[in-house]
Amino acid sequence: MTRVGRQLTAASCVAIPAAFLAVFFLYPVGSILARGLGADGLSRLVDLPGRASFRSVAWFTMWQAVASTVLTVAVALPGAHLLARRRFRGRSLLRAAATVPFVLPTVVVGGAFLALFERLGLADGPLRLTRTAGAILAAHVFFNVAVVLRTVGTFWEGLDPRATEAARVLGASPVQAFRWVTWPRLWPAVAAASSIVFLFCFTSFGVVLVLGGPTRATLETEVWRHAVFRGDLASATALAIVQMAAVVAMVVVTNRLQRRRAVGQRVVRRAVVPRASGGLLAGNLALLAVVLGLPIAVLVERSLTRGRAGGWWGGLTLDHYAALADRVTLLPVSALEALGNSLVFAVVAAGLAVLVGGLASVVVVHGRSAVSRAFDLGMMLPLGASAVTVGFGMLIALDEPPLDLRSSRWLVPVAHALVGVPFVMRIVVPTLRGIDVRLREAAAVLGAAPARVRREIDLPIAARALAVGAGFSFAVSLGEFGATSFLPRHPDRLTAPLALFRLLSQPGDALRGQAMALAVLLMVATALSVLVIEGWGRRGSVRGDL
Amino acid sequence: MGPTRVRAGGPVNRPVDGGTAPVGLEVQGLSVAFDGVPVLAGVDLTVAPGELVVLLGPSGCGKSTLLRTVAGLEQPVAGGVWWGGVDLARVPTHERGFGLVFQDHALFGHRDVAGNVDFGLRVVGMSPDQRAHRVARALALVGLDGFEGRRVDTLSGGEAQRVALARSLAAAPRLLMLDEPLGSLDRSLRERLTAELGALLRRLGLAALHVTHDHDEAFALADRIAVMGGGRIDRIGTPDEVWADPGTVHAARCLGHENLVVLDADGECALGRLGSGSGTVLVRADGLSVGPVGGGLDAIVASVARRAGRLVVTVVVGDLSVRVPLVDGHDAGVGSTLRPGNRVGLVVAAGAAVRLVD
Repeated sequence: MTRVGRQLTAASCVAIPAAFLAVFFLYPVGSILARGLGADGLSRLVDLPGRASFRSVAWFTMWQAVASTVLTVAVALPGAHLLARRRFRGRSLLRAAATVPFVLPTVVVGGAFLALFERLGLADGPLRLTRTAGAILAAHVFFNVAVVLRTVGTFWEGLDPRATEAARVLGASPVQAFRWVTWPRLWPAVAAASSIVFLFCFTSFGVVLVLGGPTRATLETEVWRHAVFRGDLASATALAIVQMAAVVAMVVVTNRLQRRRAVGQRVVRRAVVPRASGGLLAGNLALLAVVLGLPIAVLVERSLTRGRAGGWWGGLTLDHYAALADRVTLLPVSALEALGNSLVFAVVAAGLAVLVGGLASVVVVHGRSAVSRAFDLGMMLPLGASAVTVGFGMLIALDEPPLDLRSSRWLVPVAHALVGVPFVMRIVVPTLRGIDVRLREAAAVLGAAPARVRREIDLPIAARALAVGAGFSFAVSLGEFGATSFLPRHPDRLTAPLALFRLLSQPGDALRGQAMALAVLLMVATALSVLVIEGWGRRGSVRGDL
Repeated sequence: MGPTRVRAGGPVNRPVDGGTAPVGLEVQGLSVAFDGVPVLAGVDLTVAPGELVVLLGPSGCGKSTLLRTVAGLEQPVAGGVWWGGVDLARVPTHERGFGLVFQDHALFGHRDVAGNVDFGLRVVGMSPDQRAHRVARALALVGLDGFEGRRVDTLSGGEAQRVALARSLAAAPRLLMLDEPLGSLDRSLRERLTAELGALLRRLGLAALHVTHDHDEAFALADRIAVMGGGRIDRIGTPDEVWADPGTVHAARCLGHENLVVLDADGECALGRLGSGSGTVLVRADGLSVGPVGGGLDAIVASVARRAGRLVVTVVVGDLSVRVPLVDGHDAGVGSTLRPGNRVGLVVAAGAAVRLVD
């Protein structure tokens, strides 16, 4: 390649991701800030804390996030111990199965819990769980168990067990050894995982909207209600700014905790892992089965039966699935067409995310250090910001010249790709970084020119990572609800999660059955794309973890 | 076809100035620095076609850097590298036609064994048939016939090492460089592969530059040994030459000499007068022998140990402790009766002491 050609390539590596981020994220977020911190907006912002409704929303957002986090850690820690310190048949299967809930679309999880409550008779009456904080907490635990299980479990596995063994030899009971030796080394990982879970719960949107009802609102759902339902953009802007400030503060704290965690980590490969005792294994599996398995099982059951009248597994039928092809008055297109839209958007979003994320990864790994750091941080921003920030920003920024993109249906996959890019980068960057320099040197010594080295060494190794990233972006797009719910509604851009949300919001056995059928299809599509792609990627030299 | 480089199947003999002396690798005044810290400081070295030169030295002495600079992977701050009289300063790595076997192999994990071995052939555009033929031949050379389809992460350490060697050999380099290729293997495997490697390199008649920190390996392989220390070559010569006269204290230690003795201003030490003036001398083990008390110097046995099958007696004379290997047959009978605390006579042959520079 000529010198000019090389410079052009390098320039486009930087320019394409930078332009993508600037137009679709920085400009919209900047619009929120400009609007909210302008003269009008500022007075509204100052006014907020005085309003009782705001205080109750802020309080609920905070305490439900704290409670969800504590519950999640309590449920997941025994399982993390099991995965880290015991061996048993089906260990890797459990690990993979526990990960599935994390990638499920939020609306699907909301629907699964609705079905569960109805099945158990908790939808109304004295033990009503629907539209309560309890429902939201249960769904949050369901979602986030995987986060604790994976991060804490992996860290625990890496801790040198000999320190604990030494304590036991010196006479400490198992509990004492845990409290005095294991826990002091483990807690930074627990703290880091907790802060991530807290962030997820704090910014949770779909679950709260489906399970909380109008009385249980968080900052996120309030932004949506004001912006989309009431058309009160000024209030929505003020709330969005509060939300963004809270998220930024939490990300800073999270990073602190993670940095501390990284210092203590020393990976030791264990020679002998004791077999799990029957009781420990059974207790753990039962707990995880109830928390993780039951909602999904009921969801599937409900999609295949006639509903309350039929009893458990009574009146098996595929009618609900067949009905997905029918038009219902609630939806502008059939649920099946919405699913089709979603699949098309997911393919486009995955392609965009791979293009932008791949180029940005090259810049992060090979670029000059200042540019590299800026990209590393900048491209991650959409993941840290909540989906509502992304969607709301697009709503208010991209509806007028010079950028009137709201009339385009392709804004939907663009919004999804924005969330997918960080996933691609988190997998591709460590893989590119992990390529041993000596492989490139060995290729050069064997006669490969620099361009040939990139084609023969870097590309084949990165290709697998790119494919894994594409799979995740695809799954993220399939289930994306928060940002999409802000974009204008047109028949040709109704996605499956949006259709599902509308179906769930209406009573009636027929609609409920159809909703469950759609939820099952979405769940299967998402879980399959993640499991297949991840299983495939792990066999190669793909390094990143989400 | 790829680059214009021509790769011969064997060593390249190119007369220079109409003469008959073949010129291979020449390194002159080579200096390399990392972030201003000198790593190589004016290295001079030649490797003739068909010659096997071993670079011997402790870790951090710059021997790997020397290989990498010859390969073009590092840039010198002064001096240069020539092949056949041609300056390689502006020749990039991939056009030098040198082979480099990396310490931990650097095999391409995303390709199978055949995909690794034929890499250097594909980049020059060789046809698949020819490649398959050359790969099979290279694998046969290292004793891995039929390994073409194996994934590289299923190979044992010794097998991975052989594949790395086959990968370099298949490309028919004019110079083969080996950077502690056996360093990560256990001792018995290392010794077996050292013997195989030596036989193979001699059979192929390649110019080769081999790096190791193990003096046994160096003596087993080398036509010439270059002892490196502190970014320079301390001593270079045939194994016999450098063993007999290491030149410096550092070189003597690297080569495995143990009896280094410091003399006082009169050239005296507990073994007698071994030189004139102060300094360090090497007392060569082959100039020492033990016998009954009364013959030579009075000495006390400190320990008797078997090393690599041979008995070595450590005796104490005054404030000195020296190691004396016992010659098989002659001394073995004596050695097996020696016990710590026995008194013996230590004989120091004339000319056993060799003066060293600090």
